[in-house]
Amino acid sequence: MSTHDVTAPAHVAEHRTSTGLDNVKMAMWAFLGSECLFFGSLISTYLLYRNEAASGPAPHELYDIPYTSVSSFVLLMSSLTMVLALAAIQRGDHGGLRLWLLATAALGMIFIGGQIYEFTAFVEEGLTLGASPAGSAFFVLTGFHGAHVTVGILMLLLLVAMSVFGRLEAPADSRKVELIGLYWHFVDIIWIVIFTVVYLIPTS
Amino acid sequence: MDPAATSQGVQIREQAELGHHPGPRQYVNVAIILAVITAVEVAIFYVEALSSVLVPALIALSVIKFALVVLWFMHLKFDSALFRRLFITGVILALFVFGVVLVIFFTRGGASPGGDVGTTAQAGVGSAASSLWHHPSRG
Repeated sequence: MSTHDVTAPAHVAEHRTSTGLDNVKMAMWAFLGSECLFFGSLISTYLLYRNEAASGPAPHELYDIPYTSVSSFVLLMSSLTMVLALAAIQRGDHGGLRLWLLATAALGMIFIGGQIYEFTAFVEEGLTLGASPAGSAFFVLTGFHGAHVTVGILMLLLLVAMSVFGRLEAPADSRKVELIGLYWHFVDIIWIVIFTVVYLIPTS
Repeated sequence: MDPAATSQGVQIREQAELGHHPGPRQYVNVAIILAVITAVEVAIFYVEALSSVLVPALIALSVIKFALVVLWFMHLKFDSALFRRLFITGVILALFVFGVVLVIFFTRGGASPGGDVGTTAQAGVGSAASSLWHHPSRG
């Protein structure tokens, strides 16, 4: 849908931006586009070095696919709860908003807990950040993703606090929830790529 | 410009956007599809008979999941085309970076762990790239 397709009264065109679109949302999409480059570089690096395991184990020798599949499922479902939180505030349902935001944060914490467990198991097997190029590429890629998830969880909890203390008007402030939702969904789609490229696509 | 009119204009625009967004039922349906695709991905990973098409199938399923989340959960299907262009530009640039890195490593080599330029990195890239299209030795 183009900008001019929106069926709104003429005075909507008086929006502050030349595009008529919310400038913060525009910035968020530009940020997410740049994040594609960031993770694209990390994924490329992993693909290049994943067989360079030196004398230690390569990451793919240690993967527990059923375990990671459950983690992936958890993160996918957190995207559903996130979008349900947005739908809740858009209809003015603060109770629903808090419920779904907390559910999203909880699912994110489960995912991070799983990642910490996986990292711990890998380190015990001898795969560390400095052990080999493969280890470095794996931990930097998945670690940065985990850091993004952690930041997302903090932002979700901040939204819950804002709602509890009356700093989030429904539906006027739904844009705030939408922006953090965009970030959360982005973290999810990056994991979709990582799960396939890093975990499922086999090595020689 | 009257701030009140601007604020009202933004709110009306947001309401117009909301009118185009899917409802909770559609979100749940998309989530079910995503869950099923994930299950299929994991299932075909273990089916030996599908090993010859494993990589293309996994990439195709991954692209479908990616598109479903971006188009429905992130509302790119319903929002301004400008947002879509911004994001797609990032995705294309990321793919371009990947291609450039591959070309550089194949043609000029890279810094290998042992300090030699080229040999080890090229071997690593060769095995990484070729492994994308060969049968797994699933660890």
